[in-house]
Amino acid sequence: MKAAEFKYERPGSLAEAFALLEDGDLDATPLAGGQSLVPMMNFRLAQPGMLVDLSALDEIKGISGDGGGLRIGAMTRYVDLAASALVAERAPLMAMALPHIAHAAIRNRGTIGGSVALADPAAEMPALLLALDAEITVQSSAGTKTHAAADFFLGMYETALQSGELVTAITVPAPAPDRRFAFYELARRHGDYAMAGVAVAASGAPGGVCSDYRVAFFSVSDRALRATAAEAALDGKVPMDGAEAAIAALGEIPFAGDLNAATATKQHLSGVVLKRALERV
Amino acid sequence: MSGPQTIFDKPNTYIGKSVPRADAVRLTQGRGKYVDDIQLPRMLHAAFVRSPVAHGRIVSINVSEAKAVPGVTAVFTGADFVGQVEPYVGVLSHLAGLRSAPQMPLAVDVARWTGEPLVMVVASSRAIAEDAAALVEIDIEELDPATDMERALDADAPVIHAEFGSNLAWERLVEAGNPDAAFARDDVTVVERRFRFGRHTGVTLETRASVVEYDPSERMLTYWYSGQAPHMMQFILAKHLGLPEENVRVVSQDVGGSFGIKIHTYGDDIATAAAAKILGRPVKFVADRLESFLTDIHARDHVVDGRIAVTADGKIAALAFDDVTGIGPYSMYPRTSAIEANQVLNLTGAPYLIEHYRARARVVFQNKNMMCQYRAVGHPIAMAVADGLLEDAANEIGMDVVEIRRRNLVRDDAYPTVSATGMKFDDLSHHKSLDRLVEMMDYDARRAEHARLRKEGIHRGIGLVSMVEVTNPSPMFYGIGGAPIASQDGTTIRLEAGGAIHVSSSVTEQGQGTNAILAQIAAGVFGVPLDRVKVTTGDTRSTPYGGGTWASRGAGIGGEATLQAAHALKQQVLEVAATILQSTPDKFDIVDGHVVDADGGPPRMSLSDLARTVYYRGNELPSDLSPELVATRHYRVSDFPFVFTNGAMAAEVELDPETGFVKVLNFWAVEDCGRVINPQLVDGQIRGGVVQGIGGAFYEECIYSEDGQLENATMADYLVPMAFEMPDIFVAHVETPTKTSVLGAKGAGEAGTGGAPAALMNAVNDALRPLGASIHQMPMTPERVLKALGTV
Amino acid sequence: MHETRTISLTVNGETSTNAVPVRQNLVDFLRNTLGLTGSHVGCEHGVCGACTLEVNGAMVRGCLMLAVQADGAEITTVEGFADSGRGADLRQAFVDRNALQCGYCTPGMLASALEYVEGGGVADRSAIREHLSGNYCRCTGYQSIVDAVCDVIDGRARS
Repeated sequence: MKAAEFKYERPGSLAEAFALLEDGDLDATPLAGGQSLVPMMNFRLAQPGMLVDLSALDEIKGISGDGGGLRIGAMTRYVDLAASALVAERAPLMAMALPHIAHAAIRNRGTIGGSVALADPAAEMPALLLALDAEITVQSSAGTKTHAAADFFLGMYETALQSGELVTAITVPAPAPDRRFAFYELARRHGDYAMAGVAVAASGAPGGVCSDYRVAFFSVSDRALRATAAEAALDGKVPMDGAEAAIAALGEIPFAGDLNAATATKQHLSGVVLKRALERV
Repeated sequence: MSGPQTIFDKPNTYIGKSVPRADAVRLTQGRGKYVDDIQLPRMLHAAFVRSPVAHGRIVSINVSEAKAVPGVTAVFTGADFVGQVEPYVGVLSHLAGLRSAPQMPLAVDVARWTGEPLVMVVASSRAIAEDAAALVEIDIEELDPATDMERALDADAPVIHAEFGSNLAWERLVEAGNPDAAFARDDVTVVERRFRFGRHTGVTLETRASVVEYDPSERMLTYWYSGQAPHMMQFILAKHLGLPEENVRVVSQDVGGSFGIKIHTYGDDIATAAAAKILGRPVKFVADRLESFLTDIHARDHVVDGRIAVTADGKIAALAFDDVTGIGPYSMYPRTSAIEANQVLNLTGAPYLIEHYRARARVVFQNKNMMCQYRAVGHPIAMAVADGLLEDAANEIGMDVVEIRRRNLVRDDAYPTVSATGMKFDDLSHHKSLDRLVEMMDYDARRAEHARLRKEGIHRGIGLVSMVEVTNPSPMFYGIGGAPIASQDGTTIRLEAGGAIHVSSSVTEQGQGTNAILAQIAAGVFGVPLDRVKVTTGDTRSTPYGGGTWASRGAGIGGEATLQAAHALKQQVLEVAATILQSTPDKFDIVDGHVVDADGGPPRMSLSDLARTVYYRGNELPSDLSPELVATRHYRVSDFPFVFTNGAMAAEVELDPETGFVKVLNFWAVEDCGRVINPQLVDGQIRGGVVQGIGGAFYEECIYSEDGQLENATMADYLVPMAFEMPDIFVAHVETPTKTSVLGAKGAGEAGTGGAPAALMNAVNDALRPLGASIHQMPMTPERVLKALGTV
Repeated sequence: MHETRTISLTVNGETSTNAVPVRQNLVDFLRNTLGLTGSHVGCEHGVCGACTLEVNGAMVRGCLMLAVQADGAEITTVEGFADSGRGADLRQAFVDRNALQCGYCTPGMLASALEYVEGGGVADRSAIREHLSGNYCRCTGYQSIVDAVCDVIDGRARS
């Protein structure tokens, strides 16, 4: 199938982009890496009036140190994240997960900002940002806003992003020296969306008691979400010692089934991936 | 058979050698010629509006907005083709009782499956055709659909074709011996299982495609298509478009995979041809991936209740089963949709000595996409039912699964034999193949290792299958029933003036290497280097008449025709040589492009000298010599309905009981396809086939909602095997040439797909058994494994 | 009515300037306008990998990029690799191993394999399978493709 007719602009500055996106008559949609939007358009499931191609906006590309943390421009590609020594050092969770995100050719164009703005419930990146306590910077002609990741993902393809706003950056706080991470997903084929997946972060010495857990699931509900009851159950425990109680606390999650796994299967597999992630923390 | 029996021993033969195929070189350079690569002057592009519902009465269609879109040339509805296209019905006389309703390229009054073409838009580009298609207004009154094949015969099920009174398309019962008495014996163990096989589809990477050009001045229709059976399509297009057969030319160039998908009559393809004829301009239709999932034939979709009785010493006392399969709303034209069920009846248990046998199949209409022949037709069902029951029975009586096979497989020296279902077998090697398999996989050591690992909580399993494969079909397959499907094939070989030979054959190439093996046979038998052979296939205008590629027949039938033609041409050339060299033909041979003395020695004359003498300097020849430097031979199998091959395969899997995930660790295949012409190509067929079998066993399934919507019609959702999850596959051969031909080759294209699912299901059950669980439904998804374990 | 843009780009070393419909994807432009039919269209939703080709040094899906986005880009398709000789050993290994049957996936598969080989990938079968996991092949079962990539990596290490 071929995409339906649309208009196309590639602004050279954010200001130009905002002007296009805020003009309601244009029915404009931002185009980041296009690895999710273009397939939808090729199926004619998405038919925007105009595509605003963000690829010329160098101001929202690239990875830089931000204190001890990271500032990642929204138009930074997955392949750049995977190649970044800074990401490997300051957000090792991201480095762990990147090989599981689709395939090389997709990672060569797919962007972090595109994934965040789309908020696909099965995608890894939103959950990673939840586990990393990341912040999402959103801009419009009216100014700049910052959302905690935990407040940003609201539902299936639904975020706190308002009409006319763009995700422009992701900031990841400096990890505590004893911050540790794990990532585990069950995908039927490598690179597929997972049947269930989880990202875990915690602070503590290897093999010892940990605190300040983050347990963020993806592909089990209508959005990426933190399992706060499980986090509480784990607090102050050696990861595997708290596993059973954490799994028992997963009932708080509004599980939602899909073609590969009914709701009950999602719940069961969530417990499995959590246990396996905790083994790896 | 008489013939040149020594060809296989000649020093310059290419038979049995893994020589690279010429086609591969250009395909790695982007020089393939697929249908969508064709651009013709004034060419138009087609897009279709398809039924959004599984069953509905077409109340009205309004195309006026679509017609008004700039760039749109024509819009056709079903009614527009009435009188232009003769309806077609997918029945064959030898499948007694099979019924189906007439079909038109576009539904006329009632749409019967989601995706059925209703309206065709022809425009200057595909994008514009789609723009216009979106503007077609169709008012459909939804009718109750009958989607579930297991309820399609219920009294209250909606009847899809009112004139038939029920949704039964075909039913057949096969009975041999006295199965009731055998099952009732008090010294047998009876095992019963319900098997479910999901709906698959072929997912050829190149979708179905056709470009059709019609020249009204000559009433000549040229049909380029991505397909397997050019002569069959020539007949069908001529008949249903009302053209003399000789006025239809069908061309298949490079084909991006077919696997049986591209051998049927699809409404959108026929509509494309009809539109080209009506408009007098070339029309291209390339199915997009959504259209492929919705309309490429589907396959499998069987529910089988099976029973086996075995004695304490492991002998099969009886086998019985009842098969229900849903085929969509019509039987596909012209091969019909009853063949798969028929194969299941014929092939289940075929490797074994079974005296008492009963099998019933019911083929039912339903409001889903049509089902028809896809790679290894019926085989995965037949093999999984028989070998699944057999391995479960072996475990019931405490016997090893290899041992129970040894006690039941037909002896290698017992042939020819006739099975309980009346199939004639010859030249098979079940025991030898099983022995080779057991040795190759180090069976006993692996079993011991599994027992040890199980104590460590590692759950591995081994499963086997002993199988037969239908290859080299005779006219008994289709021709007998009235289908325009040739079982014979022909090859013409001509000596070129430069001393090369040109082979043209009616079998076709879809990547399996047909062109390469024809060249190998011709080069070796005739006596030229391989690079002096050019091959043409896939064009009704320039090849002899024949069936094309299906049922693993290219090597066995096309290869034999080529062998005979090469041999004939050689005799003709030697006659000319003998005249020029003033001797007799028996004194000469052809080696490496030269006429040589039969008893060796230096070349006497090059083939180019000979050919140029004949073609240019006929004055040097005696006036009574009329040299023919071209020979044609045709070949068909006449002594048997099919030439069966056999094989033995084994899978080793590791089960993760927590997740239901199964990893295929190893796969071994021993195949006896008779004479192996090119081992590398045969191994490629086996490996590719096994991986399709892994797809069927673990991944692939067309998932329909209750109201008949295909829910996973994308490549992200219909899961095909990808590289990361696939194992390396070990292949070995036993070679028992068929006596039905000089070449002795049988087919090898479908064994892997036909056999692997059974071995994989048995392996999973071997791993599940200590956990008290079992699974007999494919694909064996993680969720189904978890359900089998009672986890969810 | 149909919005077009004029783009200039370099494809296989040749520059060209064309007016393209903005809704046209890159692979359709290369195939239909430039006649570079070596890149194949298998799914149009970025899953099958048949249209994988090189844009500015990265292997991408030709169906998930608009032609208009390639303005100013440097693009190499399977035809370009063949013409320049880049990856000749890989193509030869594909032929020697019969790492293709129907050939439809081959241009995209070669592109992904070339990315792996040129990126310093090692002759580890599992790692090769992982890198090629976004390219669908219905014919070979993948084993011969992995064999071919291993051969090339070993061959390059020796020379």
